[in-house]
Amino acid sequence: MTNAVDVVRGRVHRLGDDVDTDAILPGRYLALRDPAALGAHCLESLAPGFRGRVREGDILVAGRNFGNGSSREHAVIALKAVGIRAIVVVSAARIFFRNAINLGLPVMVSPEAAAGLLDSETATVSVVANTIEQNGTIWRPKRLDGEVAAILACGGLMQRTRELLAAQEGEDAENG
Amino acid sequence: MSPRTIAEKIIATHAIEGFVAAGGIATVTPDILMLNDVSGPLAFEQFDAMGAKAPAEPARVVLIADHFAPASNIDSATAIGALRGFARKHGLAHFHEPGRGGIEHTLLDELGLVGHGSIVFGADSHTCTAGAFNALGIGFGSTDLAAALATGRLWLRVPETIRVELTGEPGRYVTGKDVILHVIRQIGVDGAADAALEFGGPGLAGLGMDARMAIANMAVEAGADTCAFEGDAASTAHMAHRGRAACAPVLPDADAVYRARLEINLSGLSPIVACPPSPGAGVTVAELRGQRVDQVYVGNCANGTMTDLRQVAEVLRGRRIGEHVRMIVVPATQRIWREALAEGLLDIIAAAGAAISTPTCGACFGGHMGILAAGEIAIATTNRNFRGRMGHPDSQVFLASAWVAAASAVAGEIVSPESLEAVP
Repeated sequence: MTNAVDVVRGRVHRLGDDVDTDAILPGRYLALRDPAALGAHCLESLAPGFRGRVREGDILVAGRNFGNGSSREHAVIALKAVGIRAIVVVSAARIFFRNAINLGLPVMVSPEAAAGLLDSETATVSVVANTIEQNGTIWRPKRLDGEVAAILACGGLMQRTRELLAAQEGEDAENG
Repeated sequence: MSPRTIAEKIIATHAIEGFVAAGGIATVTPDILMLNDVSGPLAFEQFDAMGAKAPAEPARVVLIADHFAPASNIDSATAIGALRGFARKHGLAHFHEPGRGGIEHTLLDELGLVGHGSIVFGADSHTCTAGAFNALGIGFGSTDLAAALATGRLWLRVPETIRVELTGEPGRYVTGKDVILHVIRQIGVDGAADAALEFGGPGLAGLGMDARMAIANMAVEAGADTCAFEGDAASTAHMAHRGRAACAPVLPDADAVYRARLEINLSGLSPIVACPPSPGAGVTVAELRGQRVDQVYVGNCANGTMTDLRQVAEVLRGRRIGEHVRMIVVPATQRIWREALAEGLLDIIAAAGAAISTPTCGACFGGHMGILAAGEIAIATTNRNFRGRMGHPDSQVFLASAWVAAASAVAGEIVSPESLEAVP
């Protein structure tokens, strides 16, 4: 599958604990939907230089309870719009975790990697191999399995549901 | 069958496949799918991209314009238009906008759509408010709800449960808000991660349905997946009042397995204020003596109820709001707004110098209708006080009950309503 989310190689950008979705994308921008418009406000008060530093394919590393608070998917859209392609955390809030996976942005849970990954240096996240690597050090995060792995293999929940609905339609047509 | 918590029991009655016990993965068909003007438009784009032609269960879909309603600018008017358009296209019975609606989590109950044992999937993190009604409300993002709209189902991890046993009776100024701020202070902002918060025990009798809503609403601020109150005589009477057919309350099995247990003696609680920037930073009112406030905000998805408005009016009756303070009061639904008008509460509140808003999520999430400037400080009955939540990143929000908020509006600083009694 060409859309499958697997290996991400990019520079690390570190944030702290309890980064809430208001910090990632403030509420006043929630009437926007265009990814570029949302990306323009990504982490604007918590980490003002963040947008400028991130390049396509980079990795966000954060502490405990990442993405807590609002269910706004705009937060994931904003992170993707600035170029973040993988997230490594000590822990993530449930709704944020699901939103990220659903939009094809892998969230790897590994307290050890989240502590050890060096800022501004290149790292590699491999979803299928289940490894995080930097400067020869390899961490093994909690494996993304089951439905989460199936969604990432399709590139996201939209793609996965589209495949399921299309297959269903095909079956219905066959059964006439 | 192994013993079950309330969350496990309710999920079991809605699961079509999977393993229903804490930690298991189950596929669930909800009774209600709810979206708003922030989450809905994104969901509809995904729904179309999925190739879905119509919602699998249109009668279960509830669309509510509340966040930026009435529209604050052209972008939000367009977003509300997307909600309205989806409702019309698919012939949905439940589309609610200003004048005939209110804030989603309060409105959902008012519409009689939440019963004992119901499951609500909402594209909003405060969907857990439904737990007040012996139901399960579970918050999701837009794409999850798009898939649920398209297929009528969604996978989830069955949460563990943390039992909160309530005893005693709350004092005069102790509210549901104080109970939940106490819980979050105790267990932390991710203390209930991967868990449901289950409330029960003899103390439940001292908490009305509005107080239970205020508690359930902030379960997510403790990191909970969801929340469930035991059903009892009060919730059963409430179901009848909402015109719902009698359905038996769902109670946990006596030997259900809990991740942790917490006991709260309501008699021992006093009003709590959560300091910025964390809902978990609760302190007593006395600890904040002299703390100036610029704005007082009463409202949100569980604290714009008749209970809150009565508390505000009782404090403000015959008093004036402090000269250097502004107060904004937001009844949660149109029906509550009218009831408060009929009861004379709105006149008391307006006479004291407060602005009364139409129902809206408004400034609670920093959207509109009461945004804070740099350096400004608010006390609010809302549920989040993160940095910049109500406006400028250098503004601050303290969270408290309507009693404390109203008293602080009079004093211009954070005080308890008792302190006003002393100075007539």
